[in-house]
Amino acid sequence: MKRLLDVLREECGLTGTKEGCGEGECGACTVLIEGVPVNSCLVPFAHARGARVTTIEGLNGSHPLQETFVSEGGAQCGICTPGMILAATVLPGDAELEEIRTALAGNICRCTGYEGIYRAIRAAARARPRQGDPQPASRAEPGADAER
Amino acid sequence: MPAVGRNVLRKEGTGKVTGAARYVDDLSFPGMLHGTTVRSTVASGRIRAIRLEFDPSGFVVADARDVPGRNVVALIEDDQPCLADGRVRHVAEPILLLAHERRESLLDARVAIDYEEEPPVFDPAASPRVFKEISIVKGDLARGFEAADQIVEGEYVTGLQEQLYIEPNGVIAVPENGGMTVYGSLQCPYYVHKALVVLLGLPPEKVRVVQTETGGGFGGKEEYPSILAGHAAILARKAGRPVKMVYDRVEDMLATTKRHPSVVRHKTGVRRDGRIVAMDVDVLLDGGAYVTLSPVVLSRGVLHATGPYRCDAVRIHGRVTMTNTPPNGAFRGFGAPQTQFAAEVHMERIAEALGMDPVRLRETNLFRPGDTTATGQTLGEDCSAGAVLRAAVERTDFDRRRRELAGSSSGIGLSLFFHGSGFTGGGEVRLASRASLELTATGARILVGSTEIGQGTRTIHAQIVADALEIPYDSVEVCEADTGLVPDSGPTVASRTCMVVGKILENCALEMKRRLGSLSPARYLALHGPLVVTREYEKPAELAWSDETYRGDAYGAYGWGCNVAEVVRDPDTYEVRPVRLTAVCEIGKAIHPVLAAGQVEGGTAQGIGYALLEEVVVRDGRMANAQMTNYLVPTTLDTPPIDVILLENPYFYGPHGAKGIGEMPIDGPAPAIVNAIRHLGLDVREIPATPERILGAPCISR
Repeated sequence: MKRLLDVLREECGLTGTKEGCGEGECGACTVLIEGVPVNSCLVPFAHARGARVTTIEGLNGSHPLQETFVSEGGAQCGICTPGMILAATVLPGDAELEEIRTALAGNICRCTGYEGIYRAIRAAARARPRQGDPQPASRAEPGADAER
Repeated sequence: MPAVGRNVLRKEGTGKVTGAARYVDDLSFPGMLHGTTVRSTVASGRIRAIRLEFDPSGFVVADARDVPGRNVVALIEDDQPCLADGRVRHVAEPILLLAHERRESLLDARVAIDYEEEPPVFDPAASPRVFKEISIVKGDLARGFEAADQIVEGEYVTGLQEQLYIEPNGVIAVPENGGMTVYGSLQCPYYVHKALVVLLGLPPEKVRVVQTETGGGFGGKEEYPSILAGHAAILARKAGRPVKMVYDRVEDMLATTKRHPSVVRHKTGVRRDGRIVAMDVDVLLDGGAYVTLSPVVLSRGVLHATGPYRCDAVRIHGRVTMTNTPPNGAFRGFGAPQTQFAAEVHMERIAEALGMDPVRLRETNLFRPGDTTATGQTLGEDCSAGAVLRAAVERTDFDRRRRELAGSSSGIGLSLFFHGSGFTGGGEVRLASRASLELTATGARILVGSTEIGQGTRTIHAQIVADALEIPYDSVEVCEADTGLVPDSGPTVASRTCMVVGKILENCALEMKRRLGSLSPARYLALHGPLVVTREYEKPAELAWSDETYRGDAYGAYGWGCNVAEVVRDPDTYEVRPVRLTAVCEIGKAIHPVLAAGQVEGGTAQGIGYALLEEVVVRDGRMANAQMTNYLVPTTLDTPPIDVILLENPYFYGPHGAKGIGEMPIDGPAPAIVNAIRHLGLDVREIPATPERILGAPCISR
């Protein structure tokens, strides 16, 4: 059976999800399934039936992390970046460094030494609207969801 | 407002965070086939028979007989066949190529190969074949040792290291216009171009190489893509259709180049006051089965083998030899991390032998402006060895911290290092790199063969050009790295992209500004038509180098670095974990501070992996742990906070004073960490310092 990763990339044309190792070690293929970060290389696509799958394309370029990963040096070569950003989206805005490190331990970046990624996450948290403020629709309802 | 020195918006940033950036595996062409490589399973032997154990209909099968030109990977020596021709010299050597429309069909295509095995060579010290030997001599070594109060000797060992870019090697070859176009994840489009012209027997204008977005390189996509592009091109030519070849992780780790393992021996004469009076250094590198870049890796290794220390009597002897293992090649640092690991751990042992403070020993001997290196190069005012050492010691309160931690399960250590920017010796002159600048209606467009592989090439080049033309940064565009469009700016390696290519671009921009005079770009184009300014590398007049004697100015400029590592040892598991790493780097000028710091942070993390985690296990010439499950690179939890301090001491011939930065950060962490382990009282001289090695390390007697 095809992997969710292959279905997303080859049948849905959502190539923002990357393959780094094919064995669930690097996290480059991280997507959100029902809001939970998952390695899509380890998921037979049928297991995602009826589930809401969010890829990097689903953030519509409007998530604060997408801006701060550029400005703070969170992305260098960019191959781990889609998975890293998706894994970081589920962090609470007030996450401490240790919490961030633990949450991202399954996403390997070979370029940054992670410092730029931490800076990006902290900067995005500062930029996030306060709770209760109206949220842009694209953030509340990710667009390019691939439902199988 | 000037662009240089500011954190302007990266030119190459947005596509990477939205998923829009197109890496090679994201591309597809009509009629495209998928290709795969059948590789040797033995380290040395003759191929007796090849049998296809599948129905070959629908497959394209190619071997050495399908090479239209010369069956070599053209680089330094033409000793490496693109496809094995009758014999193999290492495990994973490519023998046969297969292509099919369905990638899945390739998995079931079994090929049996019979070999007549020959005894392999695995010990580089016992190899009958020396690829390259280099000697550097300065002063009278015997007299130097006579003047010594004490002689300290030691042997230091480093292992293989895998670049582990997260995007594996991959290319797509497309036959078109009677020639071949290759799209790929690569650092050096013109290296691939040169190799394809020789392999395919085509005129240069019939070969085009286009870099796709590249998911990390670190040297691992310097020379390797030439052979992979060759394979895809052979298949594509035979099929008459585009062929994609993208390695999976296992194949990438088994087959592609890695950092050369090393054994470095030091014998040093030192006076009671700490002054070094004689240095005798022997460097041995394991080159693997073919020459690839080994001679130049050895060159950079021996040129950094003394560490940043002055001494009037020096002998350095280096050799790189053949073993029947996959060829080793470029990896960030390129020989210097190996030799400076040895130099800096040896310095620590000299301090221990003298009962001297390690900082004072380094202060006594470090290079100062006006000192000469082992090759006789006189260092200028931009020599910053003392400045980086002082900054690191102050930042970490090193002396106090070292006293506090003594006798505990924590240790602190430091390393002092330097790194030459650009090609060695006469290398830049031979490269004769060119860069072009094209006038546009609103500004200018950069045309260089330099590639963006994560470091921010397009951004820093645009900053330099914008300021020289005195136009806004946003008015500068950057052309893609396509050999059909851009000149050969030399390879994107050797910490040369900012200092060397950036300077050529600055010269282009100054020339363009002169030609524009008071006209706006649009007005100039209306009056005079298109304008493209091309300039070539200009050697600073005072630089002199001899390849024959290895005397002279080895590099135009050096970056300077000092690392301080604090570690803690788990008393039960013997695992040593880094707690904090302070990295001081003097880089001339930080063109873009966030990108510059990113180079230091990332290189430091790779150096931490080199020091503690990254062990390539080789059995019978084959990597036994060719997967990310058991070849460990630092995750968030293995990487301590990295405190980066950038110092600027401008290099006269660098753009805005900039020197190289990309490689230097990986030179320092391994010796700093091992010296911190030595502070724990454990005599470690080999990396990676895994728990097994630490458990087996003798105690240091005080």
